[in-house]
Amino acid sequence: MATTLRPENAAAAAPSFSTPSGIEVPAVVGPEQVNPESIGVPGEAPFTRGIFPDGYRGRRWTMRQYSGFGSAEESNERYRFLLGRGQTGLSVALDLPTQCGYDPTDPIAVAEVGKVGVSLSNLSEMEILFRDIDLSAISTSFTINGTAAIILAMYIAAADKAGVPRAALTGTIQNDILKEYVARGTWIFPVKPSMRLVADSILFANEQTPRFNPISIAGAHVRDAGCTAAEEIAYTLCNGIAYVDELLRRGGDIDRFAKRLSFFFYVHMDFFEEIAKFRAARRIWARLIQGHYGAVDKKSALFRFGVVCGGSSLTAAQPLNNVVRVGIENMAAILGGAQSVFTCAYDEAFQIPTEQSAELALRTQQIVADESGIANTVDPLGGSYFVEYLTDSMEAQIDAIMTEIADYGGAVKAIEDGYIQMRLARSARVKKNQTDSGERVVVGVNKYASEEEAVQVGEVFKLDPGMRNSVIDKFNAVRDQRDNAAAERSLELLGRAADGEDENLMPYLVDCCHAYATVGEMVTTLKDRWGEFQEPPLRG
Amino acid sequence: MSLAGKRILVAKPGLDGHDIGAKIITLALRDAGADVIYTGLRKSPDYIARVAVDEDVDALGLSILSGSHHELLAQTRTELAARDAADIKIFVGGTIPPQDHQALIDAGAARIFTSEMTIDHVLAELELALTETA
Repeated sequence: MATTLRPENAAAAAPSFSTPSGIEVPAVVGPEQVNPESIGVPGEAPFTRGIFPDGYRGRRWTMRQYSGFGSAEESNERYRFLLGRGQTGLSVALDLPTQCGYDPTDPIAVAEVGKVGVSLSNLSEMEILFRDIDLSAISTSFTINGTAAIILAMYIAAADKAGVPRAALTGTIQNDILKEYVARGTWIFPVKPSMRLVADSILFANEQTPRFNPISIAGAHVRDAGCTAAEEIAYTLCNGIAYVDELLRRGGDIDRFAKRLSFFFYVHMDFFEEIAKFRAARRIWARLIQGHYGAVDKKSALFRFGVVCGGSSLTAAQPLNNVVRVGIENMAAILGGAQSVFTCAYDEAFQIPTEQSAELALRTQQIVADESGIANTVDPLGGSYFVEYLTDSMEAQIDAIMTEIADYGGAVKAIEDGYIQMRLARSARVKKNQTDSGERVVVGVNKYASEEEAVQVGEVFKLDPGMRNSVIDKFNAVRDQRDNAAAERSLELLGRAADGEDENLMPYLVDCCHAYATVGEMVTTLKDRWGEFQEPPLRG
Repeated sequence: MSLAGKRILVAKPGLDGHDIGAKIITLALRDAGADVIYTGLRKSPDYIARVAVDEDVDALGLSILSGSHHELLAQTRTELAARDAADIKIFVGGTIPPQDHQALIDAGAARIFTSEMTIDHVLAELELALTETA
């Protein structure tokens, strides 16, 4: 006989409910818990309901799958495959040597050539990567930080060579060095010269490639490392403040550069908290840009962001469960108002996605876009008592963390001292302990786990083992064939400009790229002058 | 069970910058009473072996999420052997595909740890492995 759970027993047994950021979740939320004035209308301050009056009707989000591995030739082939299947933007993953500023022949780099992305050691590789792809017709996103200024210079040089006007280039380069010191770890130089490179590239791009987003201030990596959604937004907005302050110090005009700042976050599994964090973030950023910095152009205050769904919310155990997780996260991203979405493949927790799993990840977005109907009206959750309550609560919690960091001395100091790193380590341990204890449920891992693990879920993508040698051969051939005197001269001029503090280094980097100077050569030239970042001691 | 007094080096070989797992393990080992050294990011196998020998460690953990685990384990083993320190137990942690686990064990790893294992499980396995003779 079935047992019926009587309401009074259910209430007695119920634990207290809260979101992963620790916000209390009432059983029922009523109108008295909502501040109607903070809701507003879409496209108008405070932008709770989105940055556009017509939501996704005017412009659907960009479906931007992160891919790229091995050689430029293989990646070019994968890009043309994805463009042919209806993907609307390209996203370039770079290998670690390119990200950390080493040539593929460097002893510390050899084991990593082409491993987590494509190797782009010089202009010749960039030309191969975009062969038969019209740079003026696509939007390209580069996930690169430590060497972002160099890769942007290389993309511009490739456009120059292809006869594409610089002003026609669209896309985004991550270029957010501050979070690299906290998570992800592809820093090269100390914080201050790194901030100079970020400002140089943003100011140069505003002028030369006005449709290109020269920075994507990212909370995604810190989040995936284990912080809460509220911390993710707070750290990212604090980094945003640090960049704005640096740009203003360099003479930038808030109403020129602010409209090209964009953001990037993870979407994990707590559906409503994820939606609420984006609604809260839009409000806080608009208040900062208009209220604190005095921007007058409405576009300056628009909080535009891309997201990635999946990451550490995915599991290697029972990998097909990840298809469902990514679908739920994708819906949260759209209900939160994202401008671009990357959906992880279900096998990404343990391998480079296969063509089949990569296609399914894209199809997930297409089903959300074309079948679910959730994008047909603007901010369908606006005015929901619970969502508005959660948005207000997230805003308060984010504000409190931002105040703590401001009181510490701001993001740059907090990162140089290892303070944010310590906060992150603490949060990550709490999350790990909650998962270990089962307090935080992960289906297939700490609940409903299978006795027998199915190891293979499909074909396993294998990197071409000869790829590394071919990358190195091509690299050596370019160095043999280029005009060495011109390359050396361009590096010398770069070094001289870096010795001073006033000049924008971007024109020098573009010249270096045109002369086929390599990423390793450019980085070494700067490292000789600036040194390398030294990690603060681990605290937890 | 206790890891008190054990000397352990947690290292990040190669260029991979994902360090939160290494940091969590370092802090958990410290709490369990072990004497732990964390190298920080971007260390060469040569450097890691040198520190392991200089610090006279019982165990060495390699945290790798870049897919280069086969190469980096082999290089580290070679560097340890060159210093007569092949007896130091090596643990590999990170994003390691299940189909690679056996190959790493065959190549000399004492255990493979992945992010879905509980900290208690990792500590218990580590302690057990340290009592095993090669």
